[in-house]
Amino acid sequence: MTIALALEQLLNGIQLGVMLFLMAAGLTLIFGVMGLINLAHGSLYMVGAFACATVAAWTGSFWIGLVASLIAAAAAGAIVELVVIRRLYDRDHLDQVLATFALILMFSEGTRWLFGSFPLYLDIPPLLQGAVALPGGTEYPLYRLAIIAAGALVAFGLYMLISRTRLGMRIRAGESDREMIGALGVDIRTLYTVVFALGAALAGFAGAMVGAIQSVQVGMGEPVLILAFVVIVIGGIGSIKGALLGALLVGVTDTMGRFLLPKLMLLFVPPAQAGMIGGAIASMLIYIVMAVILAVKPRGLFPPAHA
Amino acid sequence: MKKMLAAATLALTLSASGLAFAAPLKIGMITTLSGGGAGLGIDTRDGFMLAIKNAGNKDITVVTEDDAQKPELAVQIADKMIQSDKVDILTGIVWSNLLMAVAPSATAQGKFYVSTNAAPAQLAGAACNKLYFNAAYQNDNLHEAMGQYANKGYKKMFILAPNYPAGKDSLTGFKRYYKGDLAAEVYTQVGQTDYAAEIAQMRASGADGIFVFLPGGMGIAFMKQFAQSGVKIPVMGPGFSFSQDVLPAIGDAALGAKASGQWAPDFDNAASKKFVADFQKEYNRLPSIYALQAYDAAQLITAAASKASVKDAAAFGAELKKADIKSPRGNFKFNTNQHPIQDIYLTEVVKNNGVLTNKTVEKIFSDHGDAYAKDCKL
Repeated sequence: MTIALALEQLLNGIQLGVMLFLMAAGLTLIFGVMGLINLAHGSLYMVGAFACATVAAWTGSFWIGLVASLIAAAAAGAIVELVVIRRLYDRDHLDQVLATFALILMFSEGTRWLFGSFPLYLDIPPLLQGAVALPGGTEYPLYRLAIIAAGALVAFGLYMLISRTRLGMRIRAGESDREMIGALGVDIRTLYTVVFALGAALAGFAGAMVGAIQSVQVGMGEPVLILAFVVIVIGGIGSIKGALLGALLVGVTDTMGRFLLPKLMLLFVPPAQAGMIGGAIASMLIYIVMAVILAVKPRGLFPPAHA
Repeated sequence: MKKMLAAATLALTLSASGLAFAAPLKIGMITTLSGGGAGLGIDTRDGFMLAIKNAGNKDITVVTEDDAQKPELAVQIADKMIQSDKVDILTGIVWSNLLMAVAPSATAQGKFYVSTNAAPAQLAGAACNKLYFNAAYQNDNLHEAMGQYANKGYKKMFILAPNYPAGKDSLTGFKRYYKGDLAAEVYTQVGQTDYAAEIAQMRASGADGIFVFLPGGMGIAFMKQFAQSGVKIPVMGPGFSFSQDVLPAIGDAALGAKASGQWAPDFDNAASKKFVADFQKEYNRLPSIYALQAYDAAQLITAAASKASVKDAAAFGAELKKADIKSPRGNFKFNTNQHPIQDIYLTEVVKNNGVLTNKTVEKIFSDHGDAYAKDCKL
């Protein structure tokens, strides 16, 4: 194993983490502010990817598609909040899970009805095509570096939004004491819609960015959703900082596990079994990490102070 | 005059009985019509229905249901189809794990199962059954062909498949014929969408060729990411990795990829030309390998139905086994274990009038059976 390979794998882990952060940030924000478990978050990710692929196919520009994905996912989020989610805030989590699970099914079948069952084509913009040289003599896809940069930018933007703006102040207030800020005259219903749309836009953005290097198809959001839940549970539900660190931890652990465990197994068993056993353990690794963290810190790494 | 009428009536009766054996036949199709694998199931259904329509036999009815790629759902549907719909034949399952949940119990209840795709090793070997037919291949076949092909000019292969039964069959099949060294043998999660870690290993492995078995969305994600990685090692795989259902979504990143298949849309025979033209006319897209397999499965069933009643299982089975059809793939007959003996070809992804498709390059195997037939006591 060379330094170059280790560096490349570390970058891969960070890139996966950044992508998970975009999903987890919206999920944890929505849970933190409204106390709502939103299983349909993966569907908003899918909406973003489909909007980007469709608009990019129409206009020939990935960038217009990317803007469209933000708008489409935010709009879908706002509509869903107004029509369905609004009725769920006072219900218990089981009702929320049931209703948002129903939304997953509706989004999936609706998307299939509109776009068909075959995956859509979405390519990386020409500006970000190809690979760049890294120190150590290896190459790394430019687009993955761009995802890392975009994720870092979003993390910084979210930090500024929440700590420096009036909207951020209201979000923080909403997290601490929902009844009180309502009593102080803040329009809590609009605030909820805005937060939900913001979370949806982040998911849509992630869907569009990732859609260009993966497959844009119905059901693409659910595997990511599961990982995003692992991230927010590790990070502490409701904490943006926890989501960022949890996402990076999950991304790096998963990538390094997939890479190193089969090699480790080679010391004990023949290659065919090493690949199989190593691969199987690697797929469990993030859940093992989650279990260990929860055993030590039952509320996650950075639980919000109030809860 | 009277004599002429009688003769004409007799002739009509004879020709009618030659066209269709007048016995109702009900087929239950369970396939994946929702979720990530839906493209495969839709091609299966469409290919199957095309052959049913072409046969024009009014006594054959088909009921179709979606298994959502879930074994427990497939089992429920199969029970319902057998008990309340009273189907005679089941077909259509795409995935080997679903087939293993459905086919053995269906045949145990005296129903035929004609597989349009899934072909796990067990059902070709010791667990073969006289009511179970496979119109596609045995799971290992296309991988074996790529192993055979890789012997020409590749000395160190990097091989990769998802960690599930068909993935293991795949790499086993590849290694059965490949004689060179392996740089690595990697198993990934089923449904994995990010292959950065595996591509980094390929780059560092010093391999001179890469074999991947990643059906559906997994293959799309892998090929797009591989094209961006700057790794310049040639990629090959079984036909599913570059089948017509995924090529449009992969885009130009698939160009030049080598694959194995028992059929490609450019086959130069009358049956294939008719199949491609009919399919394009009916559904306005190129058929995939799944559509072809289902088309042949339906041809086999309709051919047998015109000769024997499905109620007479022995006679119907014997007719099925004759495989009296014009398959678009050319040579096609059943082995002792009721799996195909057929030719397998090397194909290459090319762009034809702006549409990505597979072009036939050369024949890899002639009259290829499978390694498990010897364990089957039929």
